[in-house]
Amino acid sequence: MLPALSVNGLSASYQKNKVLDDVNFDVNPGTLTSIVGPNGAGKSTLLKVMLDLHPKLSGSVSYFDSTYYKVKSRVGYVPQRGSVDWDFPTNALDVVMMGLYGQIGWLRWPKRIHREKAMNALDKMGMADYAGRQISQLSGGQQQRVFLARALVQDADLYFLDEPLAGVDAATERAIMDTLKTLKSNGRTVMVVHHDLQTVEDYFDHVLLLNRTVVANGSTNEIFTKENIFRTYGGSLRWMGEKSG
Amino acid sequence: MDGGEIRMTNLLSHNAQWVLLSMLILGMAAGIMGCFAYWKRQSLMSDALSHAALPGVVIGFAILGVKNLPVMIAGAAASALLGALLIQWIRSSSRVKEDAAMGIVLSVFFGLGIMLLTFVGRMAGASQSGLDSFIFGQAASMVRKDVFTMTGLALLVLFVAIIAFKEWKLFLFDPHFAKGLGLSSRWMNSVYLAILVLVIVIGIQAVGVILMAALLIIPAVSARYWTNSFKWMVVLSALFGGGAGMAGTLISTFGKGWPTGPFIVIAASSLFMVSLAFGLRKGLLLMFLQQRAQKKQLGQQLSNQSVLERG
Amino acid sequence: MSYTGWILLTASLVGLSCGFIGVLLILRRMAMMADAISHTVLIGIVVAFLVTRELGGVHMLIGAIAAGLLTAVLVQWFHSRGVQQEASIGVVFTTLFAVGVVLIATEVGNVHLDVKHTLMGEITFIPWEKIELPWVGAIPEAVFILFLVLLVVLVTILAFYKEWKITSFDPALAASLGIPVLLMHYVFMSLVSVTTVAAFDAVGAIMVVAMLITPAAAAYLWTDRLSIMLLLSGSFGVLSAIMGYYIAAWLDTSISGSMAFSTGIVFMISFLCSPKHGILAKSIRPSMSA
Repeated sequence: MLPALSVNGLSASYQKNKVLDDVNFDVNPGTLTSIVGPNGAGKSTLLKVMLDLHPKLSGSVSYFDSTYYKVKSRVGYVPQRGSVDWDFPTNALDVVMMGLYGQIGWLRWPKRIHREKAMNALDKMGMADYAGRQISQLSGGQQQRVFLARALVQDADLYFLDEPLAGVDAATERAIMDTLKTLKSNGRTVMVVHHDLQTVEDYFDHVLLLNRTVVANGSTNEIFTKENIFRTYGGSLRWMGEKSG
Repeated sequence: MDGGEIRMTNLLSHNAQWVLLSMLILGMAAGIMGCFAYWKRQSLMSDALSHAALPGVVIGFAILGVKNLPVMIAGAAASALLGALLIQWIRSSSRVKEDAAMGIVLSVFFGLGIMLLTFVGRMAGASQSGLDSFIFGQAASMVRKDVFTMTGLALLVLFVAIIAFKEWKLFLFDPHFAKGLGLSSRWMNSVYLAILVLVIVIGIQAVGVILMAALLIIPAVSARYWTNSFKWMVVLSALFGGGAGMAGTLISTFGKGWPTGPFIVIAASSLFMVSLAFGLRKGLLLMFLQQRAQKKQLGQQLSNQSVLERG
Repeated sequence: MSYTGWILLTASLVGLSCGFIGVLLILRRMAMMADAISHTVLIGIVVAFLVTRELGGVHMLIGAIAAGLLTAVLVQWFHSRGVQQEASIGVVFTTLFAVGVVLIATEVGNVHLDVKHTLMGEITFIPWEKIELPWVGAIPEAVFILFLVLLVVLVTILAFYKEWKITSFDPALAASLGIPVLLMHYVFMSLVSVTTVAAFDAVGAIMVVAMLITPAAAAYLWTDRLSIMLLLSGSFGVLSAIMGYYIAAWLDTSISGSMAFSTGIVFMISFLCSPKHGILAKSIRPSMSA
């Protein structure tokens, strides 16, 4: 099977520090992978480098056996919620429609069909009632759902999500995970930066353990072992498995 | 622009020496406060505040009808403080962000200052000429009494900055931690704002409202290229500021009616350029050499990286 | 048209262009960048003058755009080398402005350029400098230029409306959708420079800053929709221009200074009384804000 994403020898630095060093991994299509690692392990940077939002020092990334720029429209990205200014004068529906701007193209205005698509995506995330709401008046969880709806309208084959579950309520967490699982069952590939070790096994079928370089990568059953997690986190981990049983 | 330059034509005159000395001390005070502002991430705040001082200067003049430096400094300080409070208020109680709040206060206060200046200028006739120098600065137009006032206040700023040096450092680096140690951040903030405003307003006559901020910003940024130590950054910045203040003032005396402010800024910028090129911390030359070394290193690393990483 | 009419029209055109551009400035958090560019266009004008020995026209526009872009590039460059964004703006614009002032004071002064003019503008002379246009007849040159600039601003904003929106709101997403974020940034900086230099002659640097930032910030307090914010900002610009003129006429003082001051009045009223984000509205229903 041709990998959806293939990363070879990727290195990147942030200011002077090398945050990614010789990262290698493949991701198969139709998988739901979590990227797990301690703070400063380079998880967000990895996403940014793969999307060419941050320069790389060396290495290569190929998508569907092609380059990023050739398949850009097939790749969707959900940045961290904190990365935008929520006071921006716009409403939820409008934010979702932004996901379509690439398809609409230069010099064209969004039409009714785009509006309907966006509405549809909001509806899928249970946010249809909030379409006209100014985005700063949404709760954190609702904002995250809007972001996810925006990713949905992109109708991409490969999605990157940066900490979509950080600071959201339980209902949103469930809605987001349901959506991601649906995407996966439709043959889409999803990679999620994730910080909660306790839910990795329930939510994701694959896991990529990262600490500046790949510690382990594969199906959750095989890879997500106590030993590997210790190797990823070093001494910094207080393993919550003991506590929660 | 006015009669000031006549006093300065003789470089070695007594008055000129005093002016130069006072510019040295002003530059040092500005250099130190510039470092504080840099680490409070408020470099442009000094720009907003110096513009905001203009209405106060003019009102101070209008009240007395003659140029009297202490009164004008008081007016400038009051108006700059009002500007600072407005920026703070707009930022904290509306969705308007700090940069826009600064831009608003800067331009609206300056506009008001120009209105008042035109207004007062018409009423007071010729004696207004001294006021023009507040826009671009005329160090030469200072008389002995002004020089003493300015030097005294600059020394006060220097004193406050140095006496509580480690407290300032803590306050700038980690205000929450400072609070935990019992330093009231409210109090520190007020003192900080007070001496920042003070150094700005005493500099206005010599450097002018438009370019005063440069004397705070540029030396601090230049000093940053030489050291990673806060103490040395402050020391260097004070030296750069003092040097630029003196050099600029000196140069501006060579031409008839040349404004002081722009020359001080150009002197400061020249020091900046040197720092940028040859600085020992992120200077261009150094970066270039480092980058070459790093590339070489990377090449070596690529060949034996797996061994290193997995180990 | 009457003398007053031309002045009001000139100032209103400035208010409209600056009002529209200002909205994007505020949302991109580049208000102080506008302050910087409004100062550095001076060096562009001076250099263009030194080269061509002619004031006004196309050279000036080109010089100003070049100076504006140079400012943007330098600020970006210093920032990428580890200087704080704010500080790097401060270094670049004060230096370039100082060089401009020194050049005027030493080289080209007393010709047609003087520093006071560039700071405060000479709107009172605008109606005298007329050009002859086909069909329209004689109109002040400044009005013609400002009209063209307004047209350019409008077309650029409307044509790329959704691109401006997305690059302002979420540049990372915009980049991942294939929108050239950096190019848009520099196009925007050029737009700011053009608007600034066209308005510069009429109203001076300081009022340009006031007109760019303040009406847009006021509009930001009234609405949650970008399109309405644009309309409001433009209207506030015009309103401040007209109000400023009459205040200046009443007190017999600087027109551009009083227009800048008027933008402040409009902002203060919005700040206090806007039903959505005003102080009074908030104090009446303090629990509403999320």
